[in-house]
Amino acid sequence: MKTSLKQRLPALVMVGPIVIWLALFIVIPLIYVFAISFMNRGLYSGVVMEFTLDNYIQLLDLEYLNIFWKSILLAVETSVICLLLGYPFAMIMARADKRMKPAMMLLIMLPFWTNSLIRTYGWNTLLRSEGIINNLLLRLGLIQKPLELLYTDGAVLLGMVYTLFPFMVLPLYSSIEKLDPSLMEAAGDLGARRVRSFLRVMLPLTAPGIFAGTIQVFIPTLGYFFISDMMGGGKTMYIGNLIKNQFLSARNWPLGAALSILLILLTLLLMKLYSRVGKMEDMV
Amino acid sequence: MKKHQRRTLSPEAVIYACLIYLFLYLPIFVVVAFSFNTSKMNIVFEGFTFEWYWKMFENRSLMDALKNTLIVAAASTGLSVVIGTIAAVGMYKFHFRMKNVVNNALYIPVVIPEIVLGISLLAFFSLVGVQMGMGTLIISHVTFSLPFVVITLRSRLAGYDKSMEEAAMDLGANQWRTFRRVTLPILAPGIMSGAMLALTMSLDDVIVSFFTTGPNSTTLPIKIFGMVRKGVSPDVNALSTLMILATVLILITSNIIERRMEKRNG
Repeated sequence: MKTSLKQRLPALVMVGPIVIWLALFIVIPLIYVFAISFMNRGLYSGVVMEFTLDNYIQLLDLEYLNIFWKSILLAVETSVICLLLGYPFAMIMARADKRMKPAMMLLIMLPFWTNSLIRTYGWNTLLRSEGIINNLLLRLGLIQKPLELLYTDGAVLLGMVYTLFPFMVLPLYSSIEKLDPSLMEAAGDLGARRVRSFLRVMLPLTAPGIFAGTIQVFIPTLGYFFISDMMGGGKTMYIGNLIKNQFLSARNWPLGAALSILLILLTLLLMKLYSRVGKMEDMV
Repeated sequence: MKKHQRRTLSPEAVIYACLIYLFLYLPIFVVVAFSFNTSKMNIVFEGFTFEWYWKMFENRSLMDALKNTLIVAAASTGLSVVIGTIAAVGMYKFHFRMKNVVNNALYIPVVIPEIVLGISLLAFFSLVGVQMGMGTLIISHVTFSLPFVVITLRSRLAGYDKSMEEAAMDLGANQWRTFRRVTLPILAPGIMSGAMLALTMSLDDVIVSFFTTGPNSTTLPIKIFGMVRKGVSPDVNALSTLMILATVLILITSNIIERRMEKRNG
């Protein structure tokens, strides 16, 4: 069956703009980055159109492998801490009184939607050596010298956990909320102890939420360069800072592009794993 | 019935929830509190003043950054709401061959790390030779908020009754009139929440803006990022406080609107 242009026109007019937008500003740029990753760097900046695998081979440098390892470690630590802190919180929220829920939700969303840089700046004020916490401890006589709190790996971890916590709580909450409480009661009636019914019933049933939350914490951690800059003072280099530097200061775009492709591949891999347990729609 | 019993939380649960909230609000509280501090240093609270709220208006570069932030937020929200609404309705109404491709492309900006979106736009803009500035900032903000607008609207459209439109058409309304008088009002809550989402995402963005901004289009977050190392003066706290307040107002308004609409729709 053939449709005439006149019949197709409304669809074209309505869907056309978004198709053009997505093609122009998402698909083409990503393809271009992919292409750059196989090119040589230009003398001053930009790229030279010559095919090479050097950029990927360069990634196997010990120096870079060390940065990947530290970045993955930070992402794993951030995800685990967010999960351990977030699961009980999501359970509490799911069990709370019906009238309390919207307020509890709003209270989680508010910091989430407030500018993350301003909030990181708040931590910066709290933790600096001449900052609020050190000042308080000095005045109380608990310490003689200011503690080194800011510009440490711990501060970066704190900043990441803080910023990404809501990304963990929201999917956890929606999967716990869907859970029928009678299932847990049934497990209890059948003689399962609380730990056992949690491990055997609740945990498997909320796995989609756990996976969705973990991915939504894990992936951004790798890219949030401003948190490691502001909280870590650039002392430890992470993959996000490395990419940023290649594009903005070192001006080695091909290497930065190869690093970005690596990030995309990692993301796709995690998504693939996730698609076995949950639906894409739940990720948003 | 057991399910509808009023459940009360144990004291431990309440304490735990409060501690989590304390953790989430502590840095925000610090930023707000020190915007009222008489001392120029963000160390001890010396006395209460509104001074910084007046002083910030004299800080030219800060005001420029605020202006840029607001322009980018307004323009990108408007654009993504218009393109997104039309697209969501079109994708709901019509079936076309590439539908799945469009659907999948929509999720790309949602799942890829923001930094990758940022550098790919930077590379693309320099490839086509566009000067970095307000234009590139607005385009990049539309790019990351557009999918969220479409996805929000689509979830609204899922529960949408096509027969309302058919009835209007049967009664003699043409397509445009049906769209304006029937489709649009039904979609209004979805459009509202999509707009709020786009607005807050734009105001909140740091990473993508970092790569697509030019020397004359510095936004507030980027300005603050540049200042933090050297120590920030309290007028930045004052402006940040106003930004936080704006976010709170946007969120509460959209919450109220949504609940009212839900009540009206039964």
